[in-house]
Amino acid sequence: MTVTATTPQTQDAPAFPSDRTCPYQLPDGYARLRDEQGSLRKVTLYDGRPAWVATKHETARKLLADPRLSSDRTHADFPATSPRFEGLRDRRPAFIGMDPPEHQAKRRMTISEFTVKRIKGMRTDIERIVHGFIDELLAAGPPADLVSRFALPVPSMVICRLLGVPYADHDFFQDASRRLVQATDVASAVAARDDFEEYMDGLITKLQAEPGPGLLGSLVAEQLANGEIEREELISTALLLLVAGHETTASMTSLSVITLLEHPDQHDMLRADPGLVPGAVEELLRYLAIADLAGGRIATADIEIDGQLIRAGEGVIITNSIANRDGSVFEDPDTFDVHRSARHHLAFGYGVHQCLGQNLARLELEVIITALFDRIPTLRLAVPVEQLTLRPGTTIQGVNELPVTW
Amino acid sequence: MRVTADRNVCVGAGLCALTAPEIFDQDDDGLVTVLKSDPDDDSRPAAREAGVLCPSGAIRITE
Repeated sequence: MTVTATTPQTQDAPAFPSDRTCPYQLPDGYARLRDEQGSLRKVTLYDGRPAWVATKHETARKLLADPRLSSDRTHADFPATSPRFEGLRDRRPAFIGMDPPEHQAKRRMTISEFTVKRIKGMRTDIERIVHGFIDELLAAGPPADLVSRFALPVPSMVICRLLGVPYADHDFFQDASRRLVQATDVASAVAARDDFEEYMDGLITKLQAEPGPGLLGSLVAEQLANGEIEREELISTALLLLVAGHETTASMTSLSVITLLEHPDQHDMLRADPGLVPGAVEELLRYLAIADLAGGRIATADIEIDGQLIRAGEGVIITNSIANRDGSVFEDPDTFDVHRSARHHLAFGYGVHQCLGQNLARLELEVIITALFDRIPTLRLAVPVEQLTLRPGTTIQGVNELPVTW
Repeated sequence: MRVTADRNVCVGAGLCALTAPEIFDQDDDGLVTVLKSDPDDDSRPAAREAGVLCPSGAIRITE
């Protein structure tokens, strides 16, 4: 990727982030950081600015829970891992970019829809959606692009149902979402964001005229109507939930399928004992850590940790893909092991910003993995894994296309 | 063992209800509630695990 290739760097502060060369292994640059003695490392971002990267599990957990680290993405010194961040700095962000106590107040408007009970209640719906797309795959016959035919539409339809966004608009928002998370320059990031905001604004206007279902429907009818949330912030929140709700699970689905197909011994154990599936989902989350740049923070005070000093105003990126491969917590960390107890992974982050949709993601992945291989047991990659084009390190990890056959 | 939970701190991640459903639940607002503040021997490991996993520090386990 040209951005990282031209990044100024020194021996002491290597360029960050790095691109994966294998869909399920750490980039060499991250493995080197992980294998160093210390738990914090200065790196150089694409704009030449320095930032700290946390490379050990315990340090990552401590920092993610440290109130002296702010998530304010509008701060001029918030560490930007790609030009996309620059383009999106000027908007009041959803709660992902807020600090306590405001963060809690806003996050709490959404959590009732994501409780373990509520998510469990969606199982039948999710199963129906998953089987529906598998029916279509089978009816059309092989080969197929698993991303566009399955990995993306499944979570897209699920999150639409939860939010009350019309799935009929999926051509628009799947495209806008992909442009938003993969923009490599400021102008295209801003254009995608503006398109998305216009869409959400229109949807909110419709919901004001005619009350609708789902979380968005209730936020419009209640919190927006009584002034607990401003319109601009509701637009940001709806955008965040929609994008985070399908890009992440779509990437996890694609990379999980690749990982299982490339580890036939593990895959066979899983198929022989469906009771292993929930644990295997945790291991896949640990192993694949697709949202590994979500832990960006800026220090609001000096922080002494592990013999290092993070100064106020310095950027920190708590990179969960690296922390999830800490051998002192996960033995033989680069090995994919469905029997591993992996629940302590940081794939969903930690601290007050830990993923809101994590239990939805767990359930979706459980249903997806079980149903896909039950219904299409001969599923295999249609090209060698080395020929897959991987997304660059600057965005949610994954593939944009996954040719499969059966 | 004594289990308490601070609902002012809770962010509704739900890991407690997932990990130790006999000890923790989430109310209609999505916030933690403690079902059993003095878990029996069998439930203690799960309660401890929930305490470790809780991302917000809302859960407190006193041995």
